[in-house]
Amino acid sequence: MTNKFDINNTFDPDKEDQAPKISKEITTKLPTAAKGVDHYLRRTDTDPKAARRAEIQVATLFGASSFFTLVFLVSFVAIPREKKIAVSLIGVTGGQNLVLGVSFGFAILLIGIGAIHWAKKLMSDVEVVQERKEIKPADDVQQEALDAFRVGAEESGIGQRKLIRRSLLGALALFPLPFVVMLRDLGPSPKGELRETAWEEDLHIVTDITYQKIRPEDIPVGNLVSAMPENILEIQEEEQNLNERGKSAILLVRMRPEEIKSQQGPDWDYQGIVAYSKICTHVGCPIALYEQRTHHLLCPCHQSTFDLADSGQPIFGPAARRLPQLAITVDEEGYLIARQGFQEPVGPSFWERGA
Amino acid sequence: MSNTTTSKKTPAAYNYVDSRVGFSAALKRNLRKVFPDHWSFMLGEIALYSFIILLLTGTFLTLWYKPSMTEVIYNGSYIPLKGIPMSEAYASTLEISFDVRGGMLLRQIHHWAALFFIAAMVVHLLRVFFTGAFRKPREFNWLLGLALLTLGLLAGFSGYSLPDDLLSGIGLKIASGIIQAIPVIGTWALYFLFGGEFPGTEIIPRLYSIHILLIPGAILALVTAHLLLVWTQKHTQYPGPGRTEKNVVGYPLLPVYTAKAGGFFFIVFGVTTLLGALVAINPIWLYGPFTPDQVTAGSQPDWYIGFLEGSLRVMPAIEFNIFNTWTFSPNILIPALILPGLMFVLMGAYPFIESWITGDKREHNLLDRPRNAPTRTALGTMSLTFYILLWIGGGNDIIATTFNLSINSITYFMRVALIALPPLVFIATKRICLGLQRKDLEMLLHGKETGRILRLPDGGFVEVHQPVSEAELPKLLARETYPVWELPQKVDANGIKTPHYHRQMLKARISAWWTKGDLPIPSAKEIQAGQHHAYEALEQASEFGVKPGKEEIVSATNH
Repeated sequence: MTNKFDINNTFDPDKEDQAPKISKEITTKLPTAAKGVDHYLRRTDTDPKAARRAEIQVATLFGASSFFTLVFLVSFVAIPREKKIAVSLIGVTGGQNLVLGVSFGFAILLIGIGAIHWAKKLMSDVEVVQERKEIKPADDVQQEALDAFRVGAEESGIGQRKLIRRSLLGALALFPLPFVVMLRDLGPSPKGELRETAWEEDLHIVTDITYQKIRPEDIPVGNLVSAMPENILEIQEEEQNLNERGKSAILLVRMRPEEIKSQQGPDWDYQGIVAYSKICTHVGCPIALYEQRTHHLLCPCHQSTFDLADSGQPIFGPAARRLPQLAITVDEEGYLIARQGFQEPVGPSFWERGA
Repeated sequence: MSNTTTSKKTPAAYNYVDSRVGFSAALKRNLRKVFPDHWSFMLGEIALYSFIILLLTGTFLTLWYKPSMTEVIYNGSYIPLKGIPMSEAYASTLEISFDVRGGMLLRQIHHWAALFFIAAMVVHLLRVFFTGAFRKPREFNWLLGLALLTLGLLAGFSGYSLPDDLLSGIGLKIASGIIQAIPVIGTWALYFLFGGEFPGTEIIPRLYSIHILLIPGAILALVTAHLLLVWTQKHTQYPGPGRTEKNVVGYPLLPVYTAKAGGFFFIVFGVTTLLGALVAINPIWLYGPFTPDQVTAGSQPDWYIGFLEGSLRVMPAIEFNIFNTWTFSPNILIPALILPGLMFVLMGAYPFIESWITGDKREHNLLDRPRNAPTRTALGTMSLTFYILLWIGGGNDIIATTFNLSINSITYFMRVALIALPPLVFIATKRICLGLQRKDLEMLLHGKETGRILRLPDGGFVEVHQPVSEAELPKLLARETYPVWELPQKVDANGIKTPHYHRQMLKARISAWWTKGDLPIPSAKEIQAGQHHAYEALEQASEFGVKPGKEEIVSATNH
């Protein structure tokens, strides 16, 4: 076969068309005979004064390191925790962190600089050559190793005694199972919680910081309010986690009723106030950047953009689904309430979500 | 000399230990082990030292940090957050930052070291790739390195989430969104990892045990294997005078390499500490405690997650509904799982693919100069371009606000650029490499141009060329070419079908593409002829009274 070729590591001077590594004929003709590695004497090699200077420099660096360690120890006790120091370029900063860090930093750094200065100026800088041993052991060593293995295997009889071999393999295959099974209680089985939120009919809409009920007139046109269902704190208290907050968060936006191009249900707004899930349908970041003029809502994580005047449809970015809308109205006292729960799962996609 | 050393008395303590451990043979072999010296060999060292710094500072942090999502009311010394409900994890991070002396410093060193750890691994990987250090016998170490990089990314992400602040919480939310998008098992995977829905109360304690036990343990084991292999295989070296495939030229472990490498550890540690003192990083007290209904604008992950952030942002919105029953989300799966998976698989397979294409199964201890492997170098810069574009895409909001650009235009640009730019970079890199090879060839056959033209007494002009110095010559001679595999015949002369015809065909085509544009290697004779000619010309010139400099020869050309 012609397309097989033989590559040797060594250069064969008889083969002219082969790449020369370092041709002896060339190197001997060069101005200085190539012994291989060049070596130049340093100042510190020839001048004892320079060597002495270098020695003092190294010792000074190490000495300065000790000094900085002492500075650290003293400032650890001496600088009060709340002390603030103003430094140009970095501004006001915790004084303790600054002094402790700088002293510790120099204590460490100077050891390193000292050691390298020592190596470069005073330690022998003659490069040395070491031959590489072949990584692959000699054939007979390989054979001996394999033989040892074979003898061992034969002595155990694992080859002939099929019963033992198979039962052992079976046992070894089964015994990790308990470890796998014990992982079962890492989490509960999903029971459709991803589809549900706390929202239901007649639930008051409250602000997400002061938990006050909201009247339509509290929201001027063009404003955006982050809101929660009124029972959110009770749920949090009961479940001892923030799961519901991550699903029930909504945004209220008021626009002029004629600006609303479409909604997810007939008259799901109240006097131009629309309520949409605050959780992005891409990977679930809370969405918060609202552009008044266009009614676009931008997710700060991956810039999915939704048009709140047009059913919350995604108009840009990686999100593929609209933001679910919450139908709202007011109760007899004039506070905003939900007319019903969300009609589709909020938040990011999941396999069982369906349409 | 040797007499005096052997006759010296063995120190009692040494004898005591050696007669119980028996390490003299190993010390004898290794204390003067040679390590080649080059700045680019320090990159892996930076990664190793950063890891040690991480272990040190991390151990200290565990003394005060509480991995718990139980809600507490903050009552520490950071006034702006007093009285605010938050998780114990966040509160204890505030405690470390404001109430433990040196705690802020430890946190900041830890975070800086984490950034350096991964950065050093990435740059080390690039060095290994572009110099061909992954070739036989070092393929396993390439794979170990990739595993270490993967673990490093996981370590970074899990640690980043531990303070349970608003910024890192958003990162976790994104991770949960990605996990629940996995077909079939997504919801289950989410529930198993988070102990139910996001955020639950389990994820911080779980990430904690992953971050401080599982991952560092695995990294420690793999780093040990990585270094053992470097030790037994001996380090690669760049071509240079006296350096061959069969030797290693450098400084002995004791004293020079110990002083340099040990000193370098202190330098890396010192610089990280100074950064921790002077440059604030991850000021979680400004972000506030995590709550799943709030977000900060301009939120950015740590740099090493940036490429995933970018791929998520740039991906178009593609999602399918299967029979109205299942939701399938390529808009999440492709950028967040398939793409990084593919990147790592391709990197892992690369050494084997390259040796299959070139047919080169030899051992390599001399590194390639990137120009001498044009196709590999071009593939590298092409991939790097793709990665950097993703990374830039991850900061599209920052770019948009900083430079007053439309975020939509940046994203559309990225979508096109990610497909169009890498091939252009491939072509450009390959041309540059071949250009540099031509320059090398020119130097081999004619010497270095000096720009000096001499006028001879007979009116002729000669151009003075500087000879290639002894130090440079091995570098220039280090290039190799690979033969192109011949196109196979479907049926041979005897009418017998060629076995594996299609595979051979593929190999022949790829090999032709791989070696396309390769310059011929000058034969030893050609180079010698050039040199002879040059020396003759030199003599000729001196006959005319021209005194070339010590290191100059005169090239033959008489214009």
